[in-house]
Amino acid sequence: MISLTSPVRTIAHGWPAGTKLLGLYVATALLFAIESLLVQGLVFTFVSLLYALPGKAFLVAGMRQLKLLLPFVLIVGLWHLWTNEYELGASIVLRILSAVGLANLVTMTTRLSDMVDVVAKITKPLRWLGLNSRVLELAIALVIRLTPVLVERGGQLTQAWKARSRHAPNWRIILPFTVLALDDADRVAEALRARGGFNNMEDI
Amino acid sequence: MEKNVALIALFAALIAALGLIPKITLAFGVPITAQSLGVMLCGTILGSKRGALAVLLFLLLVAIGLPLLSGGRGGLGLFVSPTAGFLVGWPIAAFVTGLIVEKWRSAPLAVVGSIASIIGGILVMYVFGVIGMSITLEKPLLEATGLVTAFIPGDVLKAFIAGMLTAALAKARPASVLSRSEPADAV
Repeated sequence: MISLTSPVRTIAHGWPAGTKLLGLYVATALLFAIESLLVQGLVFTFVSLLYALPGKAFLVAGMRQLKLLLPFVLIVGLWHLWTNEYELGASIVLRILSAVGLANLVTMTTRLSDMVDVVAKITKPLRWLGLNSRVLELAIALVIRLTPVLVERGGQLTQAWKARSRHAPNWRIILPFTVLALDDADRVAEALRARGGFNNMEDI
Repeated sequence: MEKNVALIALFAALIAALGLIPKITLAFGVPITAQSLGVMLCGTILGSKRGALAVLLFLLLVAIGLPLLSGGRGGLGLFVSPTAGFLVGWPIAAFVTGLIVEKWRSAPLAVVGSIASIIGGILVMYVFGVIGMSITLEKPLLEATGLVTAFIPGDVLKAFIAGMLTAALAKARPASVLSRSEPADAV
């Protein structure tokens, strides 16, 4: 699986995840409120600097994740070249790159466990509403565990298909795939219940 | 309760898996991802509430940094990128799709599932997606719509597949098609 976290450890790894997220929220709101090209340019330079500071490996990893913005940068760029609104076009492109760039920085420098802790902290007040945030934490762990299981099931089904047919697997393979997945869900539910279910979650 | 959580987690994982298996994606003949099919299936199979919860759980995992979106994408950046509107629309798309399947019981499930997927999984999703693009790219709604129309035929195809799959699953595993059956231990 491709890792979205940074290949090198940075100072930002030590900062509290909650603070980083709050800062990101404020920064993004400001970015979308400011129209000035000069400010957008300065912010973009600052963000680029942040990417360059931790070294080449970090910069390369960061750029790879920003690649998905390329088609939009091209479309907006060409559009505004066509309509002769160079300044507006430049400011939109810079804003998208800065906003996504900043958000990716937070993702790159925050460990998954720290993020899960933030989620747990944010959802804790929901217990007053009768929602058990421990169930959410368990569900997160279940998805992380089940995804590779399902991918493997898909791979096995593809092999079984290829062993029996001259044609490449098509959408029909999704039916047995989903049936297997539903059976897995049944077994997971049984296993959870066998371990006391959610009634005893607080004791775990 | 345990079964609901297991199913919700499993469908979140299913959306992820559909984005990770390129073989299924390529077989459509169009470079489209099967992930929005996963969103439709969440609605048609799990129903409105649980379907939306499964999609939300998936998005939460993407947001905290797991590369689960097709092409190994993930992280917070996606939620401010031009396609963020589609992500916001996903849980609502699953909810609307599920709601239609729950309420409309007079027609065959394959038909209901397909139409529900078209209304929820395409119409609702594109409304959010187009608004998102229009905001981030500062383009009028009509132009933003023009940028995404190329993907609609593929999505219609997926809606029909979702309908057929739902009907087939209702035969194969009726107890797990929550949109049409109330399980013994409902939330």
